[in-house]
Amino acid sequence: MRHAMHKTVSEPGSSAGPLRARLRGPSGSHTRWRALARTALPFLLVGALWEIIAHLGTFPPRLFPPLEDVASALVRLTVAGILPRHAAETLLRLLAGFCLAVIAGVGLGIAMGRSRLAEDILLPLVSIGAPIPGVAYAPLFLLWFGLGNVSAVLLVGFVSMFPIVFNTWTGVKAVKEIWVRSAQAMGADQERLFRHVILPGALPYILAGLRLGLAQAWRILVVVELLAAVPWGLGWLIFGAREFLNTDVMLAGIVVIGAIGLGLENLVFRRLEQFTVIRWGMMAA
Amino acid sequence: MSPERTRSIVRGTLALLVAAAAYEALAQGGIFPKALLPPLPKVAGTLFDMLADGSMLWHAAYTLTRMLIGFALAVLIGLPLGILMGRVRALEGFFLPLVSALMPIPSLAWVPVFILWFGLGNTVAVLVVCYAAMFPVVLNAWSGVRSVNQLWLRAAGAMGADETALFWKVMLPGAAPFIIAGLRQAFQRSWIAVVGAEMITSSDWGLGWVIYDAKEFLNADVMLASLAVIGAIGFVFERLVFGSLERATVLRWGMVCAVKG
Repeated sequence: MRHAMHKTVSEPGSSAGPLRARLRGPSGSHTRWRALARTALPFLLVGALWEIIAHLGTFPPRLFPPLEDVASALVRLTVAGILPRHAAETLLRLLAGFCLAVIAGVGLGIAMGRSRLAEDILLPLVSIGAPIPGVAYAPLFLLWFGLGNVSAVLLVGFVSMFPIVFNTWTGVKAVKEIWVRSAQAMGADQERLFRHVILPGALPYILAGLRLGLAQAWRILVVVELLAAVPWGLGWLIFGAREFLNTDVMLAGIVVIGAIGLGLENLVFRRLEQFTVIRWGMMAA
Repeated sequence: MSPERTRSIVRGTLALLVAAAAYEALAQGGIFPKALLPPLPKVAGTLFDMLADGSMLWHAAYTLTRMLIGFALAVLIGLPLGILMGRVRALEGFFLPLVSALMPIPSLAWVPVFILWFGLGNTVAVLVVCYAAMFPVVLNAWSGVRSVNQLWLRAAGAMGADETALFWKVMLPGAAPFIIAGLRQAFQRSWIAVVGAEMITSSDWGLGWVIYDAKEFLNADVMLASLAVIGAIGFVFERLVFGSLERATVLRWGMVCAVKG
């Protein structure tokens, strides 16, 4: 596994290619352009195909708009400030729900990993709630907490809590017994044991859980926004655009949703990993 | 059974009973309206009635059919694509950027677009499931094939295995742990997608539709009963179907260790 990973990184065509080429300076600029072109090629081909189909007129342009319409809708809505506001509200909701999930999930997970009693009590309850897909809870939450932001935030928090609990629990249990013992033998008290051994030891798992939780929250937030009838939000934007057959607006919204998803994954978590577990040598980059 | 394990089971059962009793007390206490927080016997009664008159079975059958068709499509397209991407450099270079760009878009975001293109109904649900399941299958098959130990391939080649034998006897079993993990993840995602899609495309049958429709009439008992069925089906697939698939293949071959607990 490790061998395979190492091999890919050194290949010029892989995603690490452009960065490596840039690091190498002017002599590598040729490789960089080739890598860039190779990444762009599939998008150009698919885009050209889309354009041809859109302009052939087989489908009504309202339903299958050419890419320039989508791009202009994207620019128009961004300049008017509508798209940024939708995106900001969605992100705020995601963040609020996710914070709740992190606090509850990491807390419960650590309790379950450290205390046998907590594990015995909580594990059956968590295991019953986990296999039910998050969207299925949506109507129940709406009934209990009404339409609007409260339901949306609580639901997002509830759904993203499960992977966080499971991973934190596994991570705390996976901390090597010998690390705990040697820390204790060197005279660490409970608090220092927790802060300096257990928490860093479980961190790769916890981070993986946070990543999973956030991805899950992001996947259902779009629908939750529609069902909860919130006044602003990307989910509301695309579902609202359907009523008026504004396919270009819908596709523009989807582009933004994808871009945010990609950004959360690459910018936030990869950074976080690099600063902690990779720097400590607990995980290969 | 060890005394420790017995103690765990007793404590777990106790915890569940206490949780149920607390819920029951809250429901019977009358602080919240009964329509919103139905007592457990009422939920159980509703579940039994819906099972007895067959309506729950029909809903579950519709949901499962939509999910399985979409899932099968995703596997039929995604598995060969992922394996080819792992083997052929040109295909990897072409499809990997596309897959990476499309993957972060939640499948349910496509629902309104698909509704416009294909109309309300089964097609939308099937396509959304297919979209949701496709990415884990492709990516895991791809990384599985690439992570097959080079030594095994060379050894098989040296022992005179031809391309076909190499593929079926070495490559596919070698990639199996990844592929099965991908199928598992794909199932979880498609289960979410099918329930969500049914809520929005409202097509008269299906577990997602039942839950959403029950909200209109404040039938919290129907909602909770359907939630139980959805959870039970998800659990059965996760544990029995994928669990036994794993036991029959990669666990038996000794490629991964069984998770304890």
